[in-house]
Amino acid sequence: MSNAATTAPAPAPAAPPPVEKIKIKVDGREVEVPKLLPNWQGKLEPTTMLQAVQLAGGEVPHYCYHPKLPVAGNCRMCLVEFGTPMMGPDRKPVLNEDGTPKIAKSVLPYEPQTPRGAIACATPISPGMELYPNSPATKQMREAVLESLLINHPLDCPICDQAGECKLQEYSVEHGQASSRFVEAKVHKPKAVDLGPRIVLDDERCVLCTRCIRFTKDIAGDDALGIVNRGSYNTIAAWKAGAFDNNYTLNTVDLCPVGALTSKDFRFKMRVWFLKETKSVCTSCGTGCNITIGSRESTIHRYEPRDNDAVNGPWMCDSGRLNYKWVAREDRLKEVLVRGAKAGWGTALKEISAKLATAPQGSVAVVASARQTTEELYLLKKLAAKFDALTDSVARNGEADKLLVSADRNPNRTGARLTGVASAELGLNLPRIAAGIANGSIKTLIVFGEDVTKHGLGGDLLAQLDTLIVSDILPNATTAIATYLLPGCAPAEKRGTFVNVKGRLQKLMQAVEPKGDARAEWEFLLELVPHVTGQSGFKSIEGLFNQMAQEVPAFAGLEWAKIGDTGVTVQI
Amino acid sequence: MPEQFKLILKHADSPGYTPDLECYARHGGYEALKKALATTARDLADGKKLSPQEVVREDVKASGLRGRGGAGFSAGLKWSFVDRRSGKPIYLICNADESEPGTFKDRQILHKDPHQLIEGMIISCWANDVKLAYIYIRGEMPHGARLLEKALAEAKAKGFLGKNILGTGYDLEIYVHRGAGAYICGEETGLIESLEGKRAYPRIKPPYFPAVLGLYMCPTIVNNVETLCHVKHIVTMGPAEYAKLGTPNNTGTRIVSLSGDVMKPGYFEVEVGKVTLGQLINDPNFGGGLRPGRSLKAVIPGGSSSKVLKAGEVFKLNRKGADGQMTKVDVPLLDLPYDFDSLQGAGTMSGSGAIIVMDDSRSMVDVLANLSEFYAHESCGQCTPCREGALWLAKGTHRLAHGEGRKQDADYLSHIAQNIQGRTICAFGEAASWPVLSFVKKFKDEFEAQGAADEAARGKAARPNQH
Repeated sequence: MSNAATTAPAPAPAAPPPVEKIKIKVDGREVEVPKLLPNWQGKLEPTTMLQAVQLAGGEVPHYCYHPKLPVAGNCRMCLVEFGTPMMGPDRKPVLNEDGTPKIAKSVLPYEPQTPRGAIACATPISPGMELYPNSPATKQMREAVLESLLINHPLDCPICDQAGECKLQEYSVEHGQASSRFVEAKVHKPKAVDLGPRIVLDDERCVLCTRCIRFTKDIAGDDALGIVNRGSYNTIAAWKAGAFDNNYTLNTVDLCPVGALTSKDFRFKMRVWFLKETKSVCTSCGTGCNITIGSRESTIHRYEPRDNDAVNGPWMCDSGRLNYKWVAREDRLKEVLVRGAKAGWGTALKEISAKLATAPQGSVAVVASARQTTEELYLLKKLAAKFDALTDSVARNGEADKLLVSADRNPNRTGARLTGVASAELGLNLPRIAAGIANGSIKTLIVFGEDVTKHGLGGDLLAQLDTLIVSDILPNATTAIATYLLPGCAPAEKRGTFVNVKGRLQKLMQAVEPKGDARAEWEFLLELVPHVTGQSGFKSIEGLFNQMAQEVPAFAGLEWAKIGDTGVTVQI
Repeated sequence: MPEQFKLILKHADSPGYTPDLECYARHGGYEALKKALATTARDLADGKKLSPQEVVREDVKASGLRGRGGAGFSAGLKWSFVDRRSGKPIYLICNADESEPGTFKDRQILHKDPHQLIEGMIISCWANDVKLAYIYIRGEMPHGARLLEKALAEAKAKGFLGKNILGTGYDLEIYVHRGAGAYICGEETGLIESLEGKRAYPRIKPPYFPAVLGLYMCPTIVNNVETLCHVKHIVTMGPAEYAKLGTPNNTGTRIVSLSGDVMKPGYFEVEVGKVTLGQLINDPNFGGGLRPGRSLKAVIPGGSSSKVLKAGEVFKLNRKGADGQMTKVDVPLLDLPYDFDSLQGAGTMSGSGAIIVMDDSRSMVDVLANLSEFYAHESCGQCTPCREGALWLAKGTHRLAHGEGRKQDADYLSHIAQNIQGRTICAFGEAASWPVLSFVKKFKDEFEAQGAADEAARGKAARPNQH
């Protein structure tokens, strides 16, 4: 990443062209809406009835429509009664006696007494159009669609994972009938179908909206899913048993409006209404997909993508989504250890402060991790600056894909660079640190979140140090020989920010409590760093961030409170 | 005495007539193509100039030709909707997926006179600047597909097809594509999807009108086999002469498929509107009447999806008097002229031209159960009301037809059908619901009596046994 190229100020955006608007009526109320709005690909297209009703503050219930998928128009739940201005033979509007335009309601051509609805998801609006999303005719159409969807549905909500976040449940309550007149035998379809390594399908619950098929084909670029059989026996299926195995399959579980597609990881584990929802960011790669952490008490039960058009849209990859189990590992570091013996935070931090206070210039080096928060990196850099210490981090690369996964598997390499902990290429200083230890000039090594024995600083070399200060979350060869071992926190256990590969600065919020004696790294660094450097002034994550924003040029002008749920873009 | 008027089927059934090019040529084949290709530009009164292709398109419009597939829409108008400015290729597809129950007219042409269709297609393609066309033939007609393949090869060998047709510089390829056996493939956008190699799910309109976003998202014309054959005759006869066949707004001839309880079921080509429904059923030249001792009960006039007509019904139709004034006149069922507008006036349609006659031996409950089973089997299942409703109707009618009916089933079935029509992606919703709505409405006594009898036999069980 070139600084010169990326820090150049962006050209001032040209004034946007005026938005052409049209006037329509929604339930009798006149509203003005843009003539064109972005479609699922962000391309401007004529505004649809559904978008117009949303802009008017209303809602049109729907199953198959999704703003980020191609329109299918198959569920018919969004049928809306409507009318258009009547035109005379002279192509001029016909007026009522009071001068208002006469509206011709859409009716069945062969049965003019019966209203004919249009699917709001795919029908463009036109000037003077009147939409009736709450008329008796519209309600009757919705009720009928719901009845059709329910006649063959197993009605197994009590044992269904979707219960509580199911559109079939919600719309049935809002728009459905209280009892069924269906007296025929239900259609039976395959249950517990193993679609792929992470997905199980209950075909009887499926409403055949095809969101999963469209996502898989048009977004994930995989033709794995389709429909087999015909009519009421239509069944979603993978082309081969278990073939639904791309890295985005779990998005179909989110997209599925009912309980048909379930995550093998989550199913039968937790009722969704017990879950606490915490806004956070996935830390599995440099993309930084926005997530909602679903947790109960101190256990994480699932990650779900959280909409952010600047980063991940509504999607996330399966590997990132499932990368939370290590948080609950039994061997998590839970105790502060001083020379292998259990100690308290106070004792350890006091000893470390004392040691560092007398450390000569150049005798300390810091290896931080680009998986730490920006605030932690900032504090470590501050600490390092006191001794003019060498600092660096460790590169972590993989293969990028076409959708979200970044080749950079460190979630905060940009943060490491912006705070000055590392240069654009991570790991350049590691050989210099190794040489410093070898020649005895470096006596104290501070390692956060990395097993340096795998990165050129082997156990023999580390044995030459006077002091090895290590903070980590899980045990490794470095933590095993630490003089001071400080147990840290998983991202889901703390607050802070990450800066993704494109310069999006985003907040993590704390979902669960740290394990044992573990503490958020920024928190204990906030105690340690002022002791050593003599500077102080901040006590909270908010204060820490705001202080950092004043010192790191890329963050100039930012305040914790002003970073929204979807983050802000900084100049990188 | 009403008689057939054989225009399309002029030669097909004559002894010794074979489906090869040599025989077709001996009977004047491909002369219309030569005539069409020799069309000259035409100057209009308003100073505009029509290209030769536009002239043929105008002639088809002027002929009043209406689509013979089912909807009866003006063929010339359909052509005029084609987006000719998109810069994309224009495709023409011949819909040979004849599958409306009771319909067996296109197969006569395909099996006996394939070159007539091909000639009509080449003319239509030329007139619409089409360079690539398809014949989508029903999978159950392998013989027809083989005959078409052979006929296309023959036409190509003679220079009627392929590169530089008859030295005019016009290129056209026609491919035969066999369907895999689904009624919905006859729906034009379902057909297009199927031709693209996908499941035949009809497309939503808007935005996917074939004239703009059809095959491979290019402007596309989809015409029925019989319709395309008529184009050849319009060129041969000239539009004015052609329009004299039939009746105003219902021009030309059409092939009627007559089946059910008549003495002489079969196909008959008649001038549109010149023959009545009663004549088609009873005249010795056509159906030859009912079986001895039987009386007429009902007629399905335009393929199984059209609304049933009941014996003895009288319809109020608009008629233009000698003074040009429109008046309402009473027309009994059997006096209905067999044309698009009269049948529409009677609340039904002439559809695919398939008349199914039912005499008093038929149970309307059984007939409807049969029809509903067909539509449940053929619903593609794409959109909710039809997917779930068609099978629901089939189950309900089956129950009623098998001794497990209820008195309220008549209303029950009607309500279900009402929730389908007009709410689906394609007209299959109407096709599945109209038989139910019309049968139950017109024969309600029979449906209620059946339900009541079943209830009595069961001892008034509140609910029928579930299947």
